[in-house]
This record gives sequence, structure tokens and C-alpha cells, in this order.
Amino acid sequence: MTEILRVENLKKSYDGFLAVNDVSFSVAAGELKALIGPNGAGKSTCFNMLMGQLKPTHGRVYFDGKEITGHKPRDIWRRGVGRTFQITGTYQSMTVIENVQMALMSHHRRIFTIGPRAWRLYRDEAMELLKTVAMQDQADRPCSVLAYGDLKRLELAIALCHKPRLLLMDEPTAGMAPTARVELMQLVADIVRDQGVSVLFTEHDMDVVFAHSHHIMVLNRGELIADGNAAEVRNNPQVQEVYLGGGTLFKEDTHA
Amino acid sequence: MNFIRRTVLGMVAVAAALPAVAQDDSIKVGEINHYKRMAAFAEPYKKGIELALSEINEDGGVLGKDLEFIFRDDQGDPAEAVKIAEELMTRDGAVMFTGSILSHVGLALSSFAAEKGYLYLASEPLADSLVWKSGNPWTYRLRTSTWVQAAMLAEEAAKTDAVTYATIAPNYAYGQDAVAAFKENLTRLKPDVEFVAEQWPALFNIDAGAEVQAIERAKPDAIYNVTFGTDLAKLVREGGDRGLFDGRDVYGLLTGEPEYLEPLGDEAPEGWFVTGFPWYAFEDGTPEGTFVAAYEDATGETPKIGSLVGYMTAQSIAAAINAAGSTEGDAIREAFEDLQVSGTPIGDLTYRAIDHQSTLGAWVGTTAVEDGMGVMVDWEYKDPAPYMPTDEEIGEMRPAE
Amino acid sequence: MAFFLAQFLTGLANAAALFLVASGLSLIFGVTRIVNFAHGSFYMLGAFIGIYLMEILPGHVGFWAAILLTGVAVGLIGAITEIIVLRPIYKAPELFQLVATFGVILVIQDLALMIWGAEDKLGPRAPGLRGVWRIFGEPVPKYDIVLIAITPFILFALWYLITKTRLGVLVRAATQDREMVGALGVNQAWLFTGVFALGSALAGLGGALQLPKGGADLLMDFNIIGEVFVVVVIGGMGSLPGAFIAAVIISVLNVFGVTYLPQSTLVLMYVVMAVVLIVRPYGILGREEVAGEHGQVGAPEQPIRPYGRTGILAVTLFIAVLALVPLFAEQFVMTLIVDMIVFALFAASLHFILGSGGLVSFGHAAFFGGGAYAAALLVFHTGTPMELAFLFAPLAAGMLALAIGWFCIRLTGVYFAMLTLAFSQLVWSLAFQWRGVTRGDDGLVGIWPSDWLNAPAPFYYFTLILGVGGIVFLRHVIHSPFGYALRAGRDSPRQAEAMGIDVKRVQYAAFVLAGVMAGLAGGIFVFSKGSVFPTVLEIAESFDALIVVFLGGVKTLAGGVVGAGFMTGVEDWLVRLEYWRLLLGLVIIAVVILMPEGIVGTLRTLWRRMRNDDEEVVK
Repeated sequence: MTEILRVENLKKSYDGFLAVNDVSFSVAAGELKALIGPNGAGKSTCFNMLMGQLKPTHGRVYFDGKEITGHKPRDIWRRGVGRTFQITGTYQSMTVIENVQMALMSHHRRIFTIGPRAWRLYRDEAMELLKTVAMQDQADRPCSVLAYGDLKRLELAIALCHKPRLLLMDEPTAGMAPTARVELMQLVADIVRDQGVSVLFTEHDMDVVFAHSHHIMVLNRGELIADGNAAEVRNNPQVQEVYLGGGTLFKEDTHA
Repeated sequence: MNFIRRTVLGMVAVAAALPAVAQDDSIKVGEINHYKRMAAFAEPYKKGIELALSEINEDGGVLGKDLEFIFRDDQGDPAEAVKIAEELMTRDGAVMFTGSILSHVGLALSSFAAEKGYLYLASEPLADSLVWKSGNPWTYRLRTSTWVQAAMLAEEAAKTDAVTYATIAPNYAYGQDAVAAFKENLTRLKPDVEFVAEQWPALFNIDAGAEVQAIERAKPDAIYNVTFGTDLAKLVREGGDRGLFDGRDVYGLLTGEPEYLEPLGDEAPEGWFVTGFPWYAFEDGTPEGTFVAAYEDATGETPKIGSLVGYMTAQSIAAAINAAGSTEGDAIREAFEDLQVSGTPIGDLTYRAIDHQSTLGAWVGTTAVEDGMGVMVDWEYKDPAPYMPTDEEIGEMRPAE
Repeated sequence: MAFFLAQFLTGLANAAALFLVASGLSLIFGVTRIVNFAHGSFYMLGAFIGIYLMEILPGHVGFWAAILLTGVAVGLIGAITEIIVLRPIYKAPELFQLVATFGVILVIQDLALMIWGAEDKLGPRAPGLRGVWRIFGEPVPKYDIVLIAITPFILFALWYLITKTRLGVLVRAATQDREMVGALGVNQAWLFTGVFALGSALAGLGGALQLPKGGADLLMDFNIIGEVFVVVVIGGMGSLPGAFIAAVIISVLNVFGVTYLPQSTLVLMYVVMAVVLIVRPYGILGREEVAGEHGQVGAPEQPIRPYGRTGILAVTLFIAVLALVPLFAEQFVMTLIVDMIVFALFAASLHFILGSGGLVSFGHAAFFGGGAYAAALLVFHTGTPMELAFLFAPLAAGMLALAIGWFCIRLTGVYFAMLTLAFSQLVWSLAFQWRGVTRGDDGLVGIWPSDWLNAPAPFYYFTLILGVGGIVFLRHVIHSPFGYALRAGRDSPRQAEAMGIDVKRVQYAAFVLAGVMAGLAGGIFVFSKGSVFPTVLEIAESFDALIVVFLGGVKTLAGGVVGAGFMTGVEDWLVRLEYWRLLLGLVIIAVVILMPEGIVGTLRTLWRRMRNDDEEVVK
């Protein structure tokens, strides 16, 4: 399997406090990989450094063999990395489909165009994407009235606009009902399978993590303490210790 | 949909703007001023006009009709003033317009008048460019020119031994012109004078303590002041406290005008040589004394210089229309050339053909405090003629017609 | 050396009143997020009330008691104002409240004129503090020394109030996070009222305390407000120590400026503010504004759509009616409509960046006036034909926007607003003071159109085509991908950046486009009036546009245009009346309270409700 993302010795410190300490890992093409860890472990910081929202104090990030450390989010996006956020950031003043069209306009480099009417551009293409996330029926609703789960699915559609080769998803199912979580992750898994996209995601819900990911990484206090398949991670003593108390999830019988 | 709403709103606004067109048989003159923004100056001016109008109309009006002024507030905005002028002339049936205290509004009105062929009598603006550098055939001016008033002060200054001068003037065109006029006149009369400090506080936003310190630092023999209003009050206070005026001659442009002297009360500066308006000292029976008595009778207030200018504005316009024998703009314009207005508080007033400036002069005198009030003493009224630039100089300044 | 010290003391004494007023404004902003333009009015009220109280309470005790009582009185007036005018509109869009405070200014101006008359009033002297003390031989007024001595006590008292009392804890909490205070069970409405009253009281105290150095007059509200905003911004919005430091810096620099650069009095503080903001985008002690912290309150904006067939028909019909106006209307109606169109285009250009871009500019007049001046200067100095000079107006305004935007666009929120204000003041002072070129406030006169246009009807059509064309063009741009990208950057800059949009560059381009269109309006303006004066570059001009955009409705597309039409009409009508400022102020306040979404926004909501449409209908 070829490597799509490689992270080497990533560090981020705030006034001496190490939020992320010497983290190295890689994501293979076509892989669905989870990054888990307790609150404050540094998952979001890590994500923000991968996508360029934060500059690492130290370390390098390679996407598809080329270094992208410290690049701006929009450059990294242009190279083929998509992202969804923990707290959704869709455009409240636009309709569902316009949100997707906006991403398509950016992808087709039409941002500084003032000729055509925006709402006519790439409508069919946007509708196709909405179909992938089963949002086509809500295409013309204002974004501001969507249910939370629908927003998450919309974000996914937006993130797929430029046919990314890697998708970073920060807590894609946070705040959703359990059934909706399963549905969404199934959708992501399907996309990984059908389109060959690699996905790296963080998640709190261990059901989701163990049910869908090919590989799992565990971050604790800024340090990567495990990186492997479900069984390896489950049996890792350090992980056991970190998750003591929430340990029910690690019982052998849950998802054998 | 929004455009429909806009239509409705626009139409409502336009409809509301339609005044009931007065059908009565009066001759109307537009009067545009900053009644709110400069209320302290505009109100006495308006009362002066109203006094003159009541007298004129009691005497039978002009051309057998009543003379009527339409007062409009321009908010001190030149663009607004031009709009109002157009409305007055094209819709309200005004035969000419007058007004404005602020120079830039006066200049905007003057430019508009010249372009459209309307007659404008600039009653109060101080800028001399109205009649000189930017003069035009359709603009006349009543108020005494700044150049002349500065020259009167310079003449007095030249008589003293003072050699080094400091000037302080508000930082805008009028202040700069007033300082330039004083310097030019004084240097001509006494070539060895030296100007050691020039202070330019922001208009109505003076930092008086700092200005006083800056002047004191230059150690001038004499000081020329152009500040007025609240700036003057603060300057007098700080300067008095810090001893700036001790042992120095001070010349104050407009400082003696009641508008500026009265608010100072017993803190009015003493011994300054100023231009102003000593209404309290006019004798009964003289033209100026009669005006003061009539004004006090009519309004219950004491007159300001604005009252005088307003009064003479209405008198001038009535005289011009009577002389023209018509309400056509062109006829009134021609009537204004060398127009003699008799029976004004200063006696006969003339509008010079050469530059359209009136021959209103100025009262000069020394300030003193009497009965807790600042007054001018040892004053005299000076005719402007000797202080005017020569006819050749004016000819060079005025654009060819 | 003694001279320097004396100058320094003068600066410190000046800082006292300034700090009082500024700290009040800073407090109000910090807690309620209201940009209170009426703060200068409370300062003015303090001066007038102070004089009145000092006259009835003579003597030492009377003087100082009068000052304290003035604070109480102005604080009460502030509280009443807050309850009546501001409380109903806290849920309105960001900065909407500033329109209400503008109405308050107008009301207070006329009320003060009614009560106290037009004449300037000299402030009473502080008993026993007339005259000077000599410090190293330099005379320093006694009252200056007292002011310098008092200021640290006031700072300390405020500091104590904010850090050691329960009220202070709440105030600080509210400054950090308004929602949290609500969650703690504190009555937020009364906290806001209390803070507003305290802020107003400080302004009133400042007005009373400066009396022995000045007096009371009807222009002092506007005269101080610029300086106060500068101090608050330099110090950092919401920071009391920052306000103190900034008040001292500005006052002391002013004193030295007066001595060594006497011509600098008009712009020095704006230069200082521009420099500070460029180096420290959030002021000396301010903290970064968290995105969305006070933005987008109220109902989210509705998705936009170009007009449908009925809409286009209605617009076409309306323009057709406008085109027919010269056939039946008198000349003045044409002039009035020209004024409306010019102002509508100017407002629409501001609305473009403000509404779609979320960029609140306080200095948009720089481009309107800049365009007007560019054309006028060409005509005046080189006799350039009008057609060519006219084209230069939008071009020059665009270049100006390119230059100013380069500095401003990196800032956000109120700091962006204040930096644009600073730059517009610099442009203004250039026009005002560079007399050799611009003729200062004597202005440029005789700037009339070419002969073929120089009559009411042709110029009317000229304006109609360019003005309405400009408005329609801006509307079109809003519907284009560029307009969408602009709104995307406003709605969620993070998301926009994460989908390849260079938000700052989009905003920069929009800023320049808005400048160009404002310049176009300025070009039409100068040839319609025949003259141009620095007044077109004044802060008041910028605020006129700002106010009509808010009045019309920020979250609507037609808001700017409708607001401009409404305002021009209402003003043209009210100005004929004696107390027009009072009435206009009341009209503005009424519109703000009754129509918190602006005229267009509220009418639209009503329209929907009447048709029983549900919230989310888009098509």
C-alpha cells in the first residue's frame, strides 16, 4: 500500500506546555484510520497542524510525498486534502446546495469570477454529491434550519467536492444520535471503499472507532502510545491504563 | 419587491417635499444658513433680518409688495446648501438668495449662483476669495473683508515698538487668510518685524494650555489672535492664568464682537486691540444707536454683530430690488453694482462695482472690563476704503468676467 | 528641562477628563459591545448640568459636590436612555445599536439647545484654585495640578470597582463571555443598564471636571467623540488601564505636537492610532476579538436569490418611471432624485462590503470624497475635459482603496472599522491642509459638467444610467461566485480557508470594488454640485452611509439603497422644521426599535408572516 500522509516528529508547544509531543505516523492510501484519545490529548491540535490551521513548533508533514508543513489550509486543500470540523462551519446564509456549489466554485477556480450567477454553476455536480450523502431532498433548504446530523453529512459532501485523496474528519459523529452515527460512518466507509479516499478521523465513540477503522492510533497527553489494528490497540497495556474506567469498551466480546 | 417598496418610499418622500405653493403676492428671498450647527451666530442674524423686514414692509415693502425671506437650514453642508438654493429658486419662487456664515458654504453657493445665473448676496461668510480670487458676476458680499480688518489691526501694531510677533489662528482657511493678511500688512508697514511662532489649533478644539506654552516659549513682543468662540475663552483663561499676556500687546481679530466677548464675562481680556461691535456705547439718535434701540425693543435681547449684518442684509436686498424695479435676477444684479443703500446703521452703504464688496467697515478699540462685562473702549468706526487692496491688485485677483 | 516638565504636566492634566470619558466608553463597549456614538453627548450634558449645579451650589463644597451630583445625574440619564432605546435592540445584528445612539445624539443636541440656549457658556472656576503654582519657575495652573492628582484616584477607584467588588466580577465576566453571565443567573439586562449608567456617569464627570478649563457649548459632543474613540482603540477596547495609558500618550503627544509641529493639530492623534493599530492590531492592552464573539446575533441571514419574473418586471417598471420623470416633473424633483441616486450608490457600495463581507468600515467617505476630489482636482488644475476627469473618479478611489485596504484588511471587527476611520481622517486632513493643491476648506469650485450634460434633464439621465447601473452591477456581483465567496468568508472564514478560498484576498478585492463604486458616486456628486469641499471626506459623511445601511437592513440586499432613499426623503422633509434634529433623532430611534431587522428586513418578515410562509422558504 502506498503512503498518502506521513507525519514526522510533530511537536506543538504553548509557552512550554507540550500539546503534541514528537508524534510520527503515516496513513496509507485507501485506509480508514482513527485517532483517539481522552479529552485534551492533543487530537484537534494534531489535526490543525496537518491541515495548516496551526504551525507546528517542530516536525514535518508530507502529503503524497511532498512536504506541506506550515502551508496555509487553502494550499493544503488544493493539493487534495479535505477536512470536516468538530464544530460545523457551514455557511449559514446559503442553502444546502449552495454550500456545495461554493466548494465546487473554489475547486474550479471561479472565486474571482463576477460574470455568471453563482446559484446556476455546478448545480448538477453538487446534486450528485448531495446524493452520495443522501441530502438531495434538502438541497434547497437554508443551511440555518438543518438538523445537526444533516449538517455533518453536508460537511462531508462539501469535503468531497474536490475529489480529495485524503479526508481529515474531526469528530464526525459528535453530538449525533447513536443510529445516525452508525449511518454516517457506514457512509464514510463506503466512500473510502468506492472512491479510494483515505480518511483520518478522530472520534470519542469507541463503537464507531472499532466498528469501522482499519487502523487506530491512540494519543495521550500529546504522545502517541499505540498505532495498530483494533486487536493490537485493545491489548496494548498503556492504552488499557489510559482508558481504565472507560474500560468496558475494550472487552473482548464487544466487537470481536 | 424591494424596488417597489423603494418606489413607494421615494414617491412619499417627494410628495412630502412638495410645499404648499404660496400664492400670496410677496417677493421672496431665500435665506440659507446653519441655524442649528451654528445657532449662537445664526439666531441673532435671523432676528436682525426679521427686524428689518418688519420695518421695510411697514413702509410699504418693495415694488409695492411685501418682502419675505424663506429661512432654510443647510446643516453646515455645502452640498445641502446648493440643493436648497436650487429648490428655493426653481420651486419656491425666490428671486435671489442670501445667507451662510461658514465660508465654504458661501463659496459653494457662490459657484452655484454663477453657473446658474442666480444672484447671491453673501451676507456673513468671512472668506475674501468670495469677492477676489473666486469672485464672479453673480455674487456680492456684505460682511467686512478679513483683509481689511486685519489691516486695521496691523496699522495699530505698526505704531508700537514690538518687533517679534506670535500668531494663533484656527487651523482652516479663514484662520490662515487672517494670519497672512496681518503678516503682509504689518510687514509692509514695518519691514523689520519678525514672526517667531505660528500656532494653528484645531477649530473649536484648542488645547489651550499647550498653545499658551508654545507661544510663551517663543517669547514674542506681541501676539495676534484669530481664535474665537470657545477657543478664545480657553485661550484667554489659560493665557491669563499663565501670564502670557502680561506686558505684551495683543491684537484680536473679531475678539470685540459681542458673540465672543460676552460669554467671557468678567474674565474678558483687558487691553487687547480688537475689531468688534460696541453697541453698548452708541449714542441715542445716531443711526447705529437707533438700530440698537429698535433691536432691543423688538427682541428683548442685546444685539450681536450678526444682528447688524442680518439687518443690513435685508436692507441691501430691499434697496437693490427697488433700484432694479423688477424681480428679474439680471436686473437685481445690475442694480447691485454701485448700489447705494441709505439709512443703514452705519449710514450709507455702497456695493462696489469693481469687486462686489460692500463698504461696511469695522469698529476698532481696546478691550476693558466694566461692571463685570467685557467691552470695547476708545473705539472708533473705520471706513474700509484706505485698507483695501488697490484696484489694480483686485483686478489681478478677480477672474476675468 | 523645566519647560519639558511643564509641557508634560499640561498633557497629564488634559488626560484627566479624556480618560474619564474614554474609560466610560471602554466599559460600555467591553460589556455590552455597543459602539456608543452618543458618549460625547453625555459629556456635553455633564458640562451643562455641571454649570447649572455649580451656580446653585456655591463655594468649595458646592463645587465638588456639583461635580459628583453631575455624575449621578448623567448616569441616570444614561440609564434611562439604555432602558428606552437600547434594551429593546440587543438582539439586533452586530453594531446595529450604533444607529440608535446616533439618534440619541440628535435628540440630545436639540434638547440641549432648547434648555440652555445657543450661547457658549464659560465654566465656573474652581474655588481657591485660580492662578498658578510655579514649578522650577514655570507657571502651572493650580487646577491642572489638582486634575493630575485626582486622576490616579479615579483609576484606582475604577480598578477597585472592577477587580474587588461583585459588580466588578460580573462586569469582567461579561466582558469575557456574555452568555456565561446569563448562565450564572445574573439578570443581564440590569447589568447592562448598570454598566451603561456607570459609563455615562463617567462621561458626565469628565464634562463637569473640565469646566474650570473650558465651558459648555453645543459642539463639544462631536468635538470630543473622535478623540475618545481614538483613546479607547489605542488602549484596546474594553481595557481600563489601556484607556489610561492611551489618554496620557495622546494628551502628552498633542502638547508636544502643538509646540514643535503646530500644523499637526488636526491629524496627529489619527496618525498615532493608525501606527498603533498597524503594529498592534488590537490596541496596546486589548485582546484579540474572537471571531463570532459578538457577530451574527439575531436571526441568521436568509439565502439570497435574484429577482424572479415579477421582481424584474417591477424593477424595470420602476426604472421606466424614473426615466420618464423629466417629462412631467419640475427641475427640483430631478435634483432630489439625483441626490438620492448618488447617495444610494454610495450606500450600496458600503453595504456591499458591510452586508456581504461583514467588513464594517467607518471611513467609507474616503472613497466617495476621494473620487470627487480626484475629478475636481483634474478639472480645476489642468482643465481636463469633464468626461475624462469623471472616469478618473472611480479609478482614483479604487487606487486609494487599494492602498488603504492593504493596511486595514488584516484587522477585524471594531479595529478594522477604526483603522478605516483613521485613514479617512488622514485623507480628509490632506484635502483640508494641503491648500496649495486642494485649496483647503475653500474647496474646489466651478466643477461643472460639459455643455452637452450641463442641463437638468441630460444630467439626470447621466446619473440614472451610471447610478442605477452601478447599483444593479453591485447586486449582480453579490449573486456571482465572487459575491458568494465574500459571504462565505463572512459566514465562516475557517471553512472558507479550508476549501481553498483566500478570504483576505477576496475581502481586499471587495474593499477595492466598493471603493471604486463609492468613487463613481463621488464623481457624479461633484459634477452635480459644481464644487467639492473637505466636508465630503468627514467622519459624518461616512456615518451617514453607515446609518442608512443599518436602517435599511444589513441582512438584506436592498437595505443600503432603501435606507438611503428613506433617509434622503425624510431628511429633506424634516429639515424644514424648527427642531428637525429632535424629530429626525426620534424617527431614527423609532425605526430602530420597531424594525430591528432594518426597514427592508422587517417588511420582508411581515410580508412572509402575512402570507403565512414558513421560515425557510427560499424560492
